[in-house]
Amino acid sequence: MTTALSVSKIAKQLGKKFPEAVIESGADSLLLKAESLLAVAEYLNTAPDLAFDYLNHVTATDYYDYFEVVYYLVSMKHNHGLVLKVRCYDRENPTLPSVVSLWRGADFQEREIYDLLGISFEGHPNLRRIVLWEGFEGHPLRKEFL
Amino acid sequence: MAMQMLPPGWPGNFWAHWAIFAVIILVFVLLSVMAFIWFERRAMAIMQSRLGPNRVGPFGLFQPVADSLKVLIKEDIVPSRADKLVHWLAPVVAFVPAMMVFAVVPFRGGALLADLNVGVLYVVAISSVTTLGVFMAGWASNNKYSLLGAMRQIASVVSYEIPVVLSLVGVIMLAGSLSLQQIVQAQDIPFILVQPLGFLLFFIGALAEINRAPFDLMEADSEIVAGFNIEYSGMKFGLFFLAEYAEALVVAAIVTTLFLGGWRGPLLPDWLWFLVKVGAVFFVIVWIRTTVPRVRIDQLMALAWKFLFPLALINLLVTAVEILVWPDVSLWLLVPVNFAVMIVLVLLWSKLFKLGWGRVNV
Amino acid sequence: MTTKEITIQTEPFVVNIGPVHPSTHGVFRMRTTLDGEVVVNMEPVFGYLHRGIEKLAEERTYGGCVPLTDRLDYLASMSNNMAYCLAVEKLAGIPVPERAEYIRVIMAELQRIASHLIAVGSFLNDCGAFMTPIVYMIREREKILDLFDMVCGQRLTYNYMRVGGVSQDIPEEFIPALKKFLKEMPGWINEYDRLLKQNEILLARSKGVGVLTKDLAINISASGPLLRGSGVEWDIRRADPYSIYDRFKFDIPTGTAGDCYDRYRVKVEEMRQSLRILEQALEGLPAGEVRSEVPHLVRPPAGEAYGHIEAPRGDLGFYLVSDGSIAPYRFHVRAPTLINLTALNDMMRGWKVADLIIIFGSIDICLAEVDR
Repeated sequence: MTTALSVSKIAKQLGKKFPEAVIESGADSLLLKAESLLAVAEYLNTAPDLAFDYLNHVTATDYYDYFEVVYYLVSMKHNHGLVLKVRCYDRENPTLPSVVSLWRGADFQEREIYDLLGISFEGHPNLRRIVLWEGFEGHPLRKEFL
Repeated sequence: MAMQMLPPGWPGNFWAHWAIFAVIILVFVLLSVMAFIWFERRAMAIMQSRLGPNRVGPFGLFQPVADSLKVLIKEDIVPSRADKLVHWLAPVVAFVPAMMVFAVVPFRGGALLADLNVGVLYVVAISSVTTLGVFMAGWASNNKYSLLGAMRQIASVVSYEIPVVLSLVGVIMLAGSLSLQQIVQAQDIPFILVQPLGFLLFFIGALAEINRAPFDLMEADSEIVAGFNIEYSGMKFGLFFLAEYAEALVVAAIVTTLFLGGWRGPLLPDWLWFLVKVGAVFFVIVWIRTTVPRVRIDQLMALAWKFLFPLALINLLVTAVEILVWPDVSLWLLVPVNFAVMIVLVLLWSKLFKLGWGRVNV
Repeated sequence: MTTKEITIQTEPFVVNIGPVHPSTHGVFRMRTTLDGEVVVNMEPVFGYLHRGIEKLAEERTYGGCVPLTDRLDYLASMSNNMAYCLAVEKLAGIPVPERAEYIRVIMAELQRIASHLIAVGSFLNDCGAFMTPIVYMIREREKILDLFDMVCGQRLTYNYMRVGGVSQDIPEEFIPALKKFLKEMPGWINEYDRLLKQNEILLARSKGVGVLTKDLAINISASGPLLRGSGVEWDIRRADPYSIYDRFKFDIPTGTAGDCYDRYRVKVEEMRQSLRILEQALEGLPAGEVRSEVPHLVRPPAGEAYGHIEAPRGDLGFYLVSDGSIAPYRFHVRAPTLINLTALNDMMRGWKVADLIIIFGSIDICLAEVDR
């Protein structure tokens, strides 16, 4: 059974290494600051007792005030999971650091988020539209699109 | 020599004989090709547990007629920058040699167009002209991919000529003559039993030369290069299509004549035996097509050079030694010896050679 | 006397394979850079089948999204339905009756066999075996489709499962037909193995071709037979059991080398394991109702949930966000085939054009799920 790790424990562990990174630890997810995403992700990936080597998926939602990007992390060795969330308050030109350098599986998924929601990912090697054609105007999954 | 070929009962002189036989060969080739198209589609379908064409005429017998009509009335498109004369000539050069081979194939006791005493050489030489037609097609289409396909074809045909010809030399040595008529008459026991390895090599090599499965890379629809006949439509494409089946017919006829005893056989009339044997060989060709996946180009070349060629040389050596050492022994004694040799060699070679090792950079 | 070196200048050229091509399973374009016959670089271009399902779902009720999920991976519709219903039930806390759970498992495993038959058949078709294997496998698949026809009247997009169970009970003639199928199918799979497993040409074409190493497979979030072919024993039915899979005994076949041949073997062995699960499920099928009392317009409480299953093509998940209304606020599909395509370039580099098609066929994607 993929146990969902206790979020408060992880928050405490992270708080020691990365003060200021954790904004809040909800019931089942950890909300991080956008700037510290890459550092925390790298720690989660490499720390031996956590060992989150498998990024299950990346997705994003448009809540009218902010965009929320959700990362589902899984560790195959320990068979436990964790949910990370990052919020982006800029609606004109939202940007976030990309985690492709840690988990290549984020490649197409981040491109899709860019395509459908307009969130740019810094450090992504090939940030182009993926399911819509080049030259398409707008980002369909945004709530104001249709 | 011209008068000798005329069997006693045939009317007229040399030119009448020539005219009658030319017509017979033309009709035979075209009808057989149509029959083969039908037979292949039905046989393949039944092996794949489905029905095959069964609408056009009883048992779908007129399906090839429908196909030919369709091909005849299609528009003939020539690419604007193609080499017009070569483009027009290529299908002709590809199809005609397949018919010309039948000039020397004996249909019944003593009945053929020309009993050349270099019959086998003539067959091998003329059937290579088809490749020229393929290359002309690939070149004249002014298309990068058809040229690539044609080059592949030439590389494979050239590679496979050698083991094919070498495997025929064993038969020639046993019969003592290059003339096809003499070879049939020397087969008191069919040479397939006396030269099993030779038959195997010839069959595999011939399949590769005529681009039938498992060697049908050129017409593989799962690759970008759809073959040298990308730019062909209408009757020119029809001629290529017919040429493919005519070549299969040629291979079947040659195998029948050289290895299965031609028109010889008890009970049934000669020409019927010939047709039955040709049909049986063609059935095996279709059977192989239905069953086996396709090889890749570098594996194809590796098979020719590393597997067939050495085995052909060894077969030649063994046959020559046998004829030299036991010149008067009955051929029946050679049968188990040759079978043993074949089994040992094939097992040995397949241990040493695996298709997957043929990773040549083409 | 000096020797002059004559070099023939060659340059790589870019070729489009697809989007209309008999061997790309769907509308998929590969921009390949070729150096002679060898592939130097490959860039996948897709999106030709994008229908905006995620946006469409935001305007439909929770129950009305089930037909949308059918059209995601149309070769495995039952699994899509199941994953979605699982996610909604997690979100809204709806229990599912026992009989419905067993029926769902039976349908999901039958669907797995049907999907793998097509996957293996078209892989062999790409190898050049000219239709014979795929026709045999389609013949077996017809029997499964007849079973599905009996249950819900549909052969491809079933729309059979509902939030809280399944839409209707299985008819009487289903169980004898299923028993007959279970008796015959192992013989058919054995026949395929007899004809194909040790075929020299198949081995030559697919062994060692398109290798995906274990580390790369985990890094690209691969799932399904692609991941298991590379030697990682990760199956959602075992790692994160859903429904009643923890009651069944089955093995998880894995490959060793991560090449095309291993992926093909994994799929065939998974078919055998599915038959095992089917027998156990059929034995334990209880009586009872098939759908719990769920209002027609489900209003889950505000929140989010992620439900995932082991679909035939990988780890299919649905991420749902609810704001308390009758339609999902956010409907995201974790498409396994999209994520599996990440490593395509790495797997194809250095191989020849003929291998390209085989490697692509062995990954077994369905474009409708990639593009959504």
